[in-house]
Amino acid sequence: MSLLEVAGLHVRAAGGRDLVSDLSFTVEAGERFGLIGESGSGKSLTALAIMGLLPPGMTASGSVVFDAPGTDRTEVVGAPERRLTRLRGQVTSVVFQEPLTALDPLMRIGRQVAEPLRRRQGLRGRALDKAVLAALEEVRLAEPRRIARAYPHEISGGQRQRVAIAMALACRPALLIADEPTTALDVTVQAEVLALLDGLVAERSMALLFISHDLAVVAGLTDHVLILKDGAAVESGSALDVVNDPRHPYARELVDSARVLDAALDRLKGGGTP
Amino acid sequence: MIPPIIEAREAGFAYRRSAPVLADVSVEVTRGRGVALVGESGAGKTTLLRLLLGLAAPTSGSVLFDGAPLALGDKRLMRGFRSSVQTVFQDPYSSLDPRQSVGRIVSEPLRSLGLTAGGPRATRRAEAAERVAAALRAVGLPEDAAARYPHEFSGGQRQRVAIARAIVCEPRVLLADEPVSALDVSTRVRIVDLLAELRETRGLTVVMVSHDLAVVAALCPQVAVLERGRVVEQGDTADVLGSPRHPYTRRLVQSVPRLPARPA
Amino acid sequence: MSAQARTARRRSLPLTAGCVLVGLVVAVAVVSLFWVPFTPDDTSGDRLMPPGLPHLLGTDKLGRDLLTQLMIGARIALAAGAGSVVLGGVIGLAAGLAAGFATRWLDDVVSALLDILIAFPTLLLAMLVAATQTASLTSAIVAIGLAMSAIVARLTRVLVKRVLAQDYITASRTSGTSWPRVIAEHVLPNIWPTLTVNLALQFGLAVLAEASLSYLGLGAPPPNASWGRMLAEAQASVFIAPVGVIAPGVLIVLLVVGVNLVADGLRDVADPTRRRRRR
Ligand SMILES: Nc1ncnc2c1ncn2[C@@H]1O[C@H](COP(=O)(O)OP(=O)(O)OP(=O)(O)O)[C@@H](O)[C@H]1O
Ligand SMILES: Nc1ncnc2c1ncn2[C@@H]1O[C@H](COP(=O)(O)OP(=O)(O)OP(=O)(O)O)[C@@H](O)[C@H]1O
Ligand SMILES: [Mg+2]
Ligand SMILES: [Mg+2]
Repeated sequence: MSLLEVAGLHVRAAGGRDLVSDLSFTVEAGERFGLIGESGSGKSLTALAIMGLLPPGMTASGSVVFDAPGTDRTEVVGAPERRLTRLRGQVTSVVFQEPLTALDPLMRIGRQVAEPLRRRQGLRGRALDKAVLAALEEVRLAEPRRIARAYPHEISGGQRQRVAIAMALACRPALLIADEPTTALDVTVQAEVLALLDGLVAERSMALLFISHDLAVVAGLTDHVLILKDGAAVESGSALDVVNDPRHPYARELVDSARVLDAALDRLKGGGTP
Repeated sequence: MIPPIIEAREAGFAYRRSAPVLADVSVEVTRGRGVALVGESGAGKTTLLRLLLGLAAPTSGSVLFDGAPLALGDKRLMRGFRSSVQTVFQDPYSSLDPRQSVGRIVSEPLRSLGLTAGGPRATRRAEAAERVAAALRAVGLPEDAAARYPHEFSGGQRQRVAIARAIVCEPRVLLADEPVSALDVSTRVRIVDLLAELRETRGLTVVMVSHDLAVVAALCPQVAVLERGRVVEQGDTADVLGSPRHPYTRRLVQSVPRLPARPA
Repeated sequence: MSAQARTARRRSLPLTAGCVLVGLVVAVAVVSLFWVPFTPDDTSGDRLMPPGLPHLLGTDKLGRDLLTQLMIGARIALAAGAGSVVLGGVIGLAAGLAAGFATRWLDDVVSALLDILIAFPTLLLAMLVAATQTASLTSAIVAIGLAMSAIVARLTRVLVKRVLAQDYITASRTSGTSWPRVIAEHVLPNIWPTLTVNLALQFGLAVLAEASLSYLGLGAPPPNASWGRMLAEAQASVFIAPVGVIAPGVLIVLLVVGVNLVADGLRDVADPTRRRRRR
């Protein structure tokens, strides 16, 4: 049985427009799954629907089933809020696209990171403080002590995004959903955070649902990708296959433009061989 | 030699009760020649933009606009400055007021700076609406976007609303903090083309923080590399990124994610 | 009623219900200005009479007409609630805005002052205010309003700080918008929803507070009946004349619920994320 099974998922806006239509995929335990698509193609809404967190007025239909070891099989679509609360954080947690909105502006970073650690791992006092610093170090934050004492507006955009990642990881979920978790990061830190995610997935056999518009990032990190366009899947398959042999015209377009950017970089490097 | 339009001269900055974030930073921006600021997360890029924007005063050194030091207290001078310099923020989720319609958000600079031509209210309104529509078209958003609210848009669409707000009053300088990192490749190309076109037709000068080296190469002839609050390398983009001297710059160029190679 | 408010009423059932409840109390209060069945100090009736004629709802233990008292009570409840909400709201909003914008030490000082003020019981405050003038409805309103202003100020401060941390404020400043306009266009609209709901809650608390103050002789002096005092006075005879307890009690509940419904409804109407849903 798969950890996450999405079948025939539709997300409908208040006006009856389909924003996501007939989406199906599965994520196995420990698998890395990539969701790619252009801006507005429905990636974030898919993530929200999986968590049962769609904004008011939107409705999901179809089926989203979690089956994690140690918990009951849960159907998310139509489930009561109480069941979903238990699911979130325990089975799955999200790094949202908006790092600033995910953090409480009036609470110090340290306290916000401590919350899931306390709840999930039952840590208290000195041990909790240590775990907070360790969690911040894990996401390559250079001055964990200062960051823990700071308020969200007192740290940089990339630092906030890493704090959000640290909070999601602190829940030790079976599935981590990451919605463009590295857009605010410079490429060196992005590389480190991707390596971190890569390592954690292997080490904790955590599954990863990675959402991005950056084909190169997704292809480097995940085993399996699904390409979304206007809310519908246009292609899915192993990452290497999709990159090397795109079938659907849109997928081909995506790969081609990524190659163009690649070439621009190569030219910069003084015509180095690709 | 063309004088710089905006310049940080030996600028230093420390947030209250904390160690200095910027030290001795000198960056010159010549009219029409964009500068990219690149550097590690937390290096001080956003802080430097805030200084250039006149949102904070440097603790040492100075910021000059058109050759004159920025005086944050001088209302008349700042007004001229505000109408020439616009900005795009890093986080598209917190940069749009959730309670205002997109049309109202985009037209705010026009209203606040009184930039629409005089005349009766109705014609001013109509002119503002027309300019808002043109700006939204330019960033590739649908016509009806003006009547909708930010929560109805995805991250990338919001960022385009923010870009529309920044270009609606036809500024001379655009200070942008990661303006395209939330955008997918094709939208990114579109925005890059738009900014390049504004540079050609209106002489827009772009100062941009970006970690996307391809975008940097396309838009900014100059680049400054920051590391821990200091400029460690600066010069023509092709030189700096083509043959990086500083170890950080080298690491930066190497870490760009690439597609897996085509099988032979 | 404006066109906007009319469409809003059609859209939201709770808002309609709230408007009806509050409107009823207001109507009664207005009528009481021109006409009441008996004068409030007319003790000519028999004591503790059950509902009937000529005393429609019966009389209290002094033989005063209950309906008359209830009608005048409506006026006092509304005055107490609205008066203290306006007073507390204005002072609290101003202080909260100042504290929200203040940095470092000024913020610390204001917060400390607010904490002290909040720790002060309303009752003590009322006694202090009444000591400087004679006890009256006004002194009660001033006392309740002052106590409320501290709570409103603290909430406003937090909300303002939260909004000020958002980039759209900075974006607005770099667009050349002046601070007063930033407050009017961005800060107030964004803190307003939470604030209205809280003020509605405070309205209810103010009505109850006025009731207990006048019971202690620190509120509107007799013969101006307040619902709270009627409730307190009729308690002893609840088994003989239950209407004397039930009627003011029910009215207090209806008014408080009504005001809260109106506030919730107004918040929903003003919120773009909720407004769309109903289209
Ligand atoms: N609350 C809403 N009401 C109506 N439409 C919405 C709402 N939220 C999102 N949409 C629309 O749904 C579509 C998909 O949005 P979504 O946020 O999932 O995109 P995305 O793939 O995450 O894009 P991005 O990469 O730009 O973040 C968009 O066209 C957006 O305009
Ligand atoms: N208000 C503040 N008070 C104290 N320190 C701050 C404040 N804002 C930022 N800092 C610190 O200053 C340093 C530089 O921040 P800045 O936002 O300029 O970085 P950045 O180069 O833009 O990074 P990123 O790419 O992650 O956005 C960071 O270490 C940050 O933690
Ligand atoms: Mg998204
Ligand atoms: Mg930044």
